[in-house]
Amino acid sequence: MKKYTDTGKKDTRSGFGDGLTELGKKNKDVVALCADLTGSLKMDEFKENHPERFFQIGIAEANMIGIAAGMTIGGKIPFTGTFANFSTGRVYDQIRQSVAYSGKNVKICASHAGITLGEDGATHQILEDIGLMKMLPGMTVINTCDYNQTKAATIAIADYEGPVYLRFGRPKVANFTPADQNFQIGKAVQLQEGTDVTIIATGHLVWEALQAAETLNENGITSDVINIHTIKPLDDEAILKSVKKTGCVVTAEEHNFLGGLGESVARVLSTHHPAPQEFIATQDTFGESGTPEQLMDKYGLNASAIVNAVKKVIARK
Amino acid sequence: MADYKALEDLVVQVRRDILRQVHKVNSGHPGGSLGCTEFFVALYNELMERNEKFTMDGIGEDLFFLSNGHISPVFYSVLARAGYFPVEELNTFRLLNSRLQGHPTTHEGLPGVRIASGSLGQGISVSIGAALAKKLNKDKHIVYTLCGDGELQEGQNWEAIMYAAGNNVDNLIVTVDLNGQQIDGATKNVLPLGNVKAKFEAFGWNVMDIEKGNDLKAIIAGMKKAKEKTGNGKPVCVLLHTVMGNGVDFMMHTHDWHGKAPNDQQLETALSQNPVTLGDY
Repeated sequence: MKKYTDTGKKDTRSGFGDGLTELGKKNKDVVALCADLTGSLKMDEFKENHPERFFQIGIAEANMIGIAAGMTIGGKIPFTGTFANFSTGRVYDQIRQSVAYSGKNVKICASHAGITLGEDGATHQILEDIGLMKMLPGMTVINTCDYNQTKAATIAIADYEGPVYLRFGRPKVANFTPADQNFQIGKAVQLQEGTDVTIIATGHLVWEALQAAETLNENGITSDVINIHTIKPLDDEAILKSVKKTGCVVTAEEHNFLGGLGESVARVLSTHHPAPQEFIATQDTFGESGTPEQLMDKYGLNASAIVNAVKKVIARK
Repeated sequence: MADYKALEDLVVQVRRDILRQVHKVNSGHPGGSLGCTEFFVALYNELMERNEKFTMDGIGEDLFFLSNGHISPVFYSVLARAGYFPVEELNTFRLLNSRLQGHPTTHEGLPGVRIASGSLGQGISVSIGAALAKKLNKDKHIVYTLCGDGELQEGQNWEAIMYAAGNNVDNLIVTVDLNGQQIDGATKNVLPLGNVKAKFEAFGWNVMDIEKGNDLKAIIAGMKKAKEKTGNGKPVCVLLHTVMGNGVDFMMHTHDWHGKAPNDQQLETALSQNPVTLGDY
């Protein structure tokens, strides 16, 4: 088994902020817009370095998306920043018409995604955003797993022409992917090789999947662990190659099981290679207040839940 | 000095284009289109500084964004007759596989269109973005926008109106088509807009009226005055007082023709009031 080391817990939003800072220095067309959450999105450094390219929009997310769309006309590459809830559900029609349908090169960067926002509760958490964004034609959907990957993804999406939804979070989590990784949009990352089960995870659940694979290995079960940072376009090939070998799959995400990564994987499998699948995801519910750890435990979004799902899915083979 | 005879001829021809487009497919929005015909003709032929070749970025030229996308028939006709695409293509309005979708879009690559619109209330925000990009590019040109009056009921407009004034977006001229009508009736009956001028002024805009919004001379003089007001720290709003359905007697002063096409007989009557000038497509 490959060994992964947590080099020190960090929040993925800081990966975004540091990526944006780096981008600001190397790409003069990058502009940043924020709806009164500069500190929460870690956009302060970009703002300090490039005040002329930073736009404080105020608490007006619809206007922010429209302005971002307009700024692409003239060659700018706008990165918008606010919480995932206010980046998607609140402005769905603005993204749909002014960004996606209009084919604008806007990068919608969304922090505090999922349930691990924690104590603020369900009004600020969102478990539907991946579904909302992946349904939009032409939208690329990325959900990174740690600080290093979020930073790499932030830098990479500036070089991609087209609308992108980049999803990350608030809590400090294990930082284990390489600092010098080459982030390739749409390319799955194989983290472990095994033969009994495929575990496909995204976002904060990737580290949990690795912990689960270690526990399973101790019990004689070997797992393919795949990090899907890009939910759309999905790396169908990597998924099929693995499931053809293992014969079953567990998907894991901090999102509703309706509309999330799991459903995308199920579509690929049902079309090309039907196989038993178990879903680690929230079960069509809103979140609630609590610490991130308490919430991940209550809603079954951690390593032990993955271990149980693996045992269940192997029995169904 | 503008060649008013040529512009008047173009106005009449554009009216014919609008009527024939919506009649052919028995759908579309003639009322608002006719009400803004003189404005579009003046804007594209007398007011905007435009490059010959269309580019999405529009660097080094004035830009126009249509927020109330349902008046696409007038937009398409004026774009075609300004040379953005062949006038014959007006024949494809709202047909399958056409670049002339029911509401304007970039999706099929129609030259002259830089943003999709139709879902209302988004155009001012987009225009602010384009205006900010012009400032970053040190491009001194103007961004023009047209929105409907009923459209101001959408909340996003007021986010945008607040932002533009608060951030001195002064290379922007927003024209409001003040025709007092919307689908369900008069705006004063559907949802009263109150004093639109006072509202824009209270938000910090430089506001002016063009009372004769269907008079080419008044429009050109008024919009030139509006352009002079740009670059002075405030965004500029023009309240264009128009008559919906202007130029076709039975379509005027009513919301009935907001989104309804004329039948064969009605088309004939309407066209007879606007005889061929430049030639039909």
